[in-house]
Amino acid sequence: MTTTEVTPTHASLPLTGPRLPQWAPALVGLLAVCAAGLLAMLLGWGIVAFAFLAALLFVVALPLWSVSVEGSRGAVDRLTTSLIWVAFAGAAIPLLWLIWTVLSKGLPAINAAFLTYDMRNVVGDDQGGIYHAIMGTLIITGIAALISVPIGLFCAIYLVEYGKGTRLARWITFLVDVMTGIPSIVAGLFALALFVLIFGPQIRFGFGGSVALSLLMIPVVVRSTEEMLRLVPDDLREASYALGVPKWRTITKVVLPTSLGGIITGVMLAVARVIGETAPLLVIAGKTDSVNLNPFSERMTTLPVYIYYSVTQPGTVPFDAPPGAEAPGIERAWGAALVLIVIVMALNLIARLVGRIFAVKKG
Amino acid sequence: MAKSIDVSDLDIYYGDFLAVQGVNMTIKARSVTAFIGPSGCGKSTVLRSLNRMHEVIPGARVEGKIMVDGQSLYDPSIDPVAVRRQIGMVFQRPNPFPTMSIYDNVLAGNRLNSKRMKKAEQDAIVEKSLRGANLWNEVKDRLNKPGMGLSGGQQQRLCIARAIAVEPQVLLMDEPCSALDPISTSAIEDLIHELKSEFTIVIVTHNMQQAARVSDDTGFFNLKAAGQPGQLVEMNATKKMFSNPDNEATEAYISGRFG
Amino acid sequence: MTTTHETEPEVSPPSQRGDRIFAGLAKSAGLVILAALAAVFIFLAVEGIPGVNQPAETYAPLSSFLPYVGRLLFGTVFAALIALVIAVPFALGIALFISHYAPRVLAAPVAYVVDLLAAVPSVVFGLWGARALAPQLVSVQAWLGEHLGFIPFFAGPASVTGKTVLTAGVVLAIMILPIITAISREIFAQTPRLHEEAALALGATRWEMIRYAVFPYARSGIVSAVMLGLGRALGETMAVALVLSASPVVTLNMISNTNPATIASNIASSFAEATPAKLSVLIATGLVLFAFTFAVNFAARAVVARSERKFSR
Ligand SMILES: Nc1ncnc2c1ncn2[C@@H]1O[C@H](COP(=O)(O)OP(=O)(O)OP(=O)(O)O)[C@@H](O)[C@H]1O
Ligand SMILES: [Mg+2]
Repeated sequence: MTTTEVTPTHASLPLTGPRLPQWAPALVGLLAVCAAGLLAMLLGWGIVAFAFLAALLFVVALPLWSVSVEGSRGAVDRLTTSLIWVAFAGAAIPLLWLIWTVLSKGLPAINAAFLTYDMRNVVGDDQGGIYHAIMGTLIITGIAALISVPIGLFCAIYLVEYGKGTRLARWITFLVDVMTGIPSIVAGLFALALFVLIFGPQIRFGFGGSVALSLLMIPVVVRSTEEMLRLVPDDLREASYALGVPKWRTITKVVLPTSLGGIITGVMLAVARVIGETAPLLVIAGKTDSVNLNPFSERMTTLPVYIYYSVTQPGTVPFDAPPGAEAPGIERAWGAALVLIVIVMALNLIARLVGRIFAVKKG
Repeated sequence: MAKSIDVSDLDIYYGDFLAVQGVNMTIKARSVTAFIGPSGCGKSTVLRSLNRMHEVIPGARVEGKIMVDGQSLYDPSIDPVAVRRQIGMVFQRPNPFPTMSIYDNVLAGNRLNSKRMKKAEQDAIVEKSLRGANLWNEVKDRLNKPGMGLSGGQQQRLCIARAIAVEPQVLLMDEPCSALDPISTSAIEDLIHELKSEFTIVIVTHNMQQAARVSDDTGFFNLKAAGQPGQLVEMNATKKMFSNPDNEATEAYISGRFG
Repeated sequence: MTTTHETEPEVSPPSQRGDRIFAGLAKSAGLVILAALAAVFIFLAVEGIPGVNQPAETYAPLSSFLPYVGRLLFGTVFAALIALVIAVPFALGIALFISHYAPRVLAAPVAYVVDLLAAVPSVVFGLWGARALAPQLVSVQAWLGEHLGFIPFFAGPASVTGKTVLTAGVVLAIMILPIITAISREIFAQTPRLHEEAALALGATRWEMIRYAVFPYARSGIVSAVMLGLGRALGETMAVALVLSASPVVTLNMISNTNPATIASNIASSFAEATPAKLSVLIATGLVLFAFTFAVNFAARAVVARSERKFSR
């Protein structure tokens, strides 16, 4: 780029080499898409085959062109660059596809009744709703957060402020790592095993689900809080000690407020993670069609479990439905999936917003 | 009611590492004492042991005796938190609390100790401390703005105001001017002169002229040899130290002929 | 916040008492975690160990525990490995894209989108995989069966619903992509600038710089990222349970109608009708899954710890 003034014939050092023009990748990409499109149309291929072929053409053609102009090193660079771009595009497709599917199939299912009815005595394609599942999700996740946040917060405080370098702290760090790897269904089985021992084999209730979710949530809270606390400069702690402030007040009044934004963000992200958990709740919270607001007795449905059962027991397509219509359970499942995704994304966005709001202000 | 400090046979460790060995000195009340010496010789370490900030570092410990006003600082019955309320500290880099306003920063020492005060009383303390730190005129109209919004020199004076707001007996300063421009530096030097009438001040500095300008006594620290612990080489009245020191190494260091 | 109540006269010891209480709280929170993990092991063992020795019909279609859990374990590992093979190249590609290739305006949004992908609940992935992806993969799998049928993986006959272990593997791959991407991206970004610049200053192309400066530095980090992704894939329930109608078989055929079940999906789908005896069997398989994922995660951490030691000095 900086060599425009050097004429290669006169320079003692060759500062320019043969290069493909800047628009070469774009051109090859366009040609690849066109060629693949043409072939796909002629042979009647599906979209997957088309995308695959286009990517393949692009990845092969550009390095071939490059090897004839730029030499083998340049061609390898081109090859890897195009592979990486293709990897990126390839991964973007399923995400967009997923979001589009959920939106297009979920939106028609959603209306005021869908959000405010439960599924009690709903037969066939009667109007059913997910009110009971929304409430179940909020209650179970809320209690899980109530359990996990204090434990996780204090544990992180111990690791960063009190236990630094002790053997106990090393053990806890290690076990938090282990906890991060617990498969979610195992957490559910644990809660089941625990409460079955206490209350007998038929026990299913919302609180058990909260316990299982806490097991999954605590390590996330510990990790993110720990990271945030470590970001607080020691300067501030020392400034506070030097004013004769006891350690615990230093922590509550200086360290925690300074890292508050990051801690809240971490907690919300942890909530967003467990709110979509299905397996543990399937096992311990069970499934019901009616609204149950008491986490300490009776089964309680959450949105993910609702989706699971709607898919596995979708009911039959009504005989008077237009051709191509899906079973009522599937339609409700898409609607519930959309609601769930909206909740999770909203939590994510709020988490980041809150992080920004509570971030330390300068000036 | 400023206090004097007597240090005898002080050894300071970081874990197994002996950082400073055999310090004996007396720091006079209502005077300014400067610590000078090459980097890494343990000036900060000694300073931090004077208000038990040293033990904040995991594994750090102290042997020997420090007497403040007839009480042994490292006696088991002494509460280190209470010590730090009596012996305040200003750090090398300004470190106002980022979540607090200027006003709250000045009151931090009182607030964080949950001392209950009337609003008027609080206002009085804030004004007195900020005036004491020569900052009042610059910030009196924006007391509720974040302390981080000030310039570096102003932040440092805010930290001094914060330290004197709890009315300590002794004020320790670890290179308080090293991050500041000459004008802020001279403002703080003036301030030290004024504070001397009320507080006992100990200041660490790498700036010989500063030590000569502000201090009454000067202690010169040096490593015994490379890889050996630091020690107090000489401590004398500043005038004598800078004109006719007892020790050759001191003279070499002060006149800049130091290896 | 400070009112003028004349309470609690100022004495110095309370500071220490407050400290002791607070430190105690913090420490007990740490101990709760120890206790919780011990409890997980104990309760799973108490409820699960009887499951190892139940009447033969409980293990239908097999007759004892070891073959039963063995086949499930095979299915678990098989599906997870398919997911890894698909996900790892993409994940590393995206990570490199974000850290070294993307134009600056693109890098941050892409990283953000990948994080969002991680937030999509697994049941939604399962729903999408079963209802949207599987039908699209039918023709692909038919093609694979026709043209690559000589490879045992594609022996066929291809399923007409698309609900195969290959589809499940693809869904799992999309689910573990974000975690592998996130970790390797951090590691790539941490490559010492000096190494990179040294390579570039010697006239390396961008790819050569990555090969000689970035990869050697990041190798162990990549290994651990992949292992963590593997751990996630092993334990994933919903995506598999919704996509597959599975039976405990051992087969390498990825595109046929008979598919191996995984431990987690088997628990989810047999759980509802389980007798107490069957329940203890399921809990026992859960314990096996826990032990297995634990071993994988542990190996990953060990790799990271070793490399951290190598790079810290
Ligand atoms: N936190 C610590 N842990 C271990 N050793 C330390 C620590 N802080 C300082 N030291 C060591 O103690 C010795 C004295 O350090 P100190 O910071 O007191 O020097 P100093 O005289 O203040 O230097 P400077 O002028 O650079 O500030 C040095 O050898 C240093 O390496
Ligand atoms: Mg120092």
